[in-house]
Amino acid sequence: MSDSISKIHNKPVYIDNDPQDELFTLNLGPTHPATHGVFQNVLQVDGERIVSGISTIGYIHRAFEKIAEHRPYYQITPLTDRLNYCSSPINNMGWHMTVEKLLEIELPKRVQYMRVIVMELARIADHIICNGILGVDTGAFSGFLYVMQEREFIYEIFEEICGARLTTNIGRIGGFERDFNETAFAKIREFLKRFPPVLKEFEELFSRNRIFIDRTANVAAVDPETALSYSWSGPILRATGVDYDVRVNEPYSSYEEFEFDIPVGTKGDVYDRYLVRNNEMWESLKIIQQALDKIENEPKGVFHADVPEFYLPPKEQVYNNMEALIYHFKIVMGEIDTPKTEVYHCVEGGNGELGFYLISDGGRSPYRLHFRRPSFINYQMYAPMSSGMLLSDAIINMSSLNVIAGELDA
Amino acid sequence: MAKLDNQTVLHYLVKRFADDIHHVSEPYGLLTIETDTTHILDVLEFLKTDKNLQFGYLTDITAVHYPDLDKEFAVVYHVHSLVNNIRIRIKVFLDGNYPAIPTATVLWNGANWMERETYDFFGIQFVGHPDLRRILNVDDMEVFPMRKEYPLEDPNKVDKKDYFFGR
Repeated sequence: MSDSISKIHNKPVYIDNDPQDELFTLNLGPTHPATHGVFQNVLQVDGERIVSGISTIGYIHRAFEKIAEHRPYYQITPLTDRLNYCSSPINNMGWHMTVEKLLEIELPKRVQYMRVIVMELARIADHIICNGILGVDTGAFSGFLYVMQEREFIYEIFEEICGARLTTNIGRIGGFERDFNETAFAKIREFLKRFPPVLKEFEELFSRNRIFIDRTANVAAVDPETALSYSWSGPILRATGVDYDVRVNEPYSSYEEFEFDIPVGTKGDVYDRYLVRNNEMWESLKIIQQALDKIENEPKGVFHADVPEFYLPPKEQVYNNMEALIYHFKIVMGEIDTPKTEVYHCVEGGNGELGFYLISDGGRSPYRLHFRRPSFINYQMYAPMSSGMLLSDAIINMSSLNVIAGELDA
Repeated sequence: MAKLDNQTVLHYLVKRFADDIHHVSEPYGLLTIETDTTHILDVLEFLKTDKNLQFGYLTDITAVHYPDLDKEFAVVYHVHSLVNNIRIRIKVFLDGNYPAIPTATVLWNGANWMERETYDFFGIQFVGHPDLRRILNVDDMEVFPMRKEYPLEDPNKVDKKDYFFGR
């Protein structure tokens, strides 16, 4: 019966007793509360079953690449904040490192370790959101609230370091704008103490939870070949079993000195993605602890490279010191010389390989800057992989992809 | 397996394509080559399928507009060999009147949206693309906004003009 209908209409039929084979068009989004952001998917559904879908994106496109062509390098950092706003510090650091690679600035070890701390804290904050929201979407709200408190604490650390919480604009080209103060270090140490029991509690709530496993296991399973063909990266690629992590493949900011594991999954389903993210949080804690230990052995008070032509001098010196005034003027007015060349630099963002392709013509702003945004590239498989899926599975599939609208649309 | 370096990759490419690979450079250690529209698909396919190279991962596709050059547009591919942990950048310069290049979606599914984005912002036609529509901008937009002739801001704004800075 179903085969014959299938031949006539040349499209898959899922429900045998539906004589008219009628499909219903469902607009999922752009502002549906279950999608956590501005995503529109026009779905053809047969009952609860999705037959096909079309993703429409670009609702919050802000032309960052065009704006970046008109701004000095240091003014592009706030733009990167607004890509993946769940882990802005990683974007900031990625951008700083791109420009430092262009200018061939070597940072002192202490600064690199400080950056590692900030980036790993951001990664934890990012994964907390994703896994917490995954819990909410499967109907378990309390786990989300437990871990959200810890994300709040991470934001307090960011606030201590740079003054901002969400869109951090943290650091500068050449280092940080100021040293971590004692409170910041104390809070990072406190976080290392208080977060493990909370994460453990979170795992106890979910990892062996029958309902959670029923909802997530074998949902949206992806094999590694398909994932690679769609250029997936980050936790969702690792959940399929491919151990590609930029931190290990092309270490930046001294990641090669740290001992940590790359968790990989086996089936690439929603449950695997959850496990990979959770385990990455444990690994991040290990990295932060090691970075704190390493900082102890470095000279105190070093928080930027000694590159006066690129790094803003302290404000009090600008008023009293001729050279500082000149450098201040040149940097602020964008008179710094940059090599005429091109550079690609990538970091492991919360969602995968976050790349910056920068072409410099020697001027004060990039000739061309392209962001390789993992959310954009990961999300394009969403509509094809949704066909055949139940609507409720498609929802948790979207939250486990952790697509951030800011990064998707740039 | 012996680690693959840029010279070895280049050696394989030159052996296969000879003069169709030109303008070789290595900015910051990333092998950069240029080729043309007739050979780009062969080059990409060779990189992807050759068992010594295995550049199986398409990192990114984008374009650059150089209004002063004869061939105005450069399409830039970043391809990554996860097995050998090495990257390569391939550029193809296109004519400004009708910029067109064969699609890479036949090799990678992931090229679909990357090419749509490139088309959306630069107007480059990817011949053979299954669904070449705008992706981030509105459908009825008539210009390709990342081209250099479209200004970002109000052109009457003068406070950041280059001539104030002796350029």
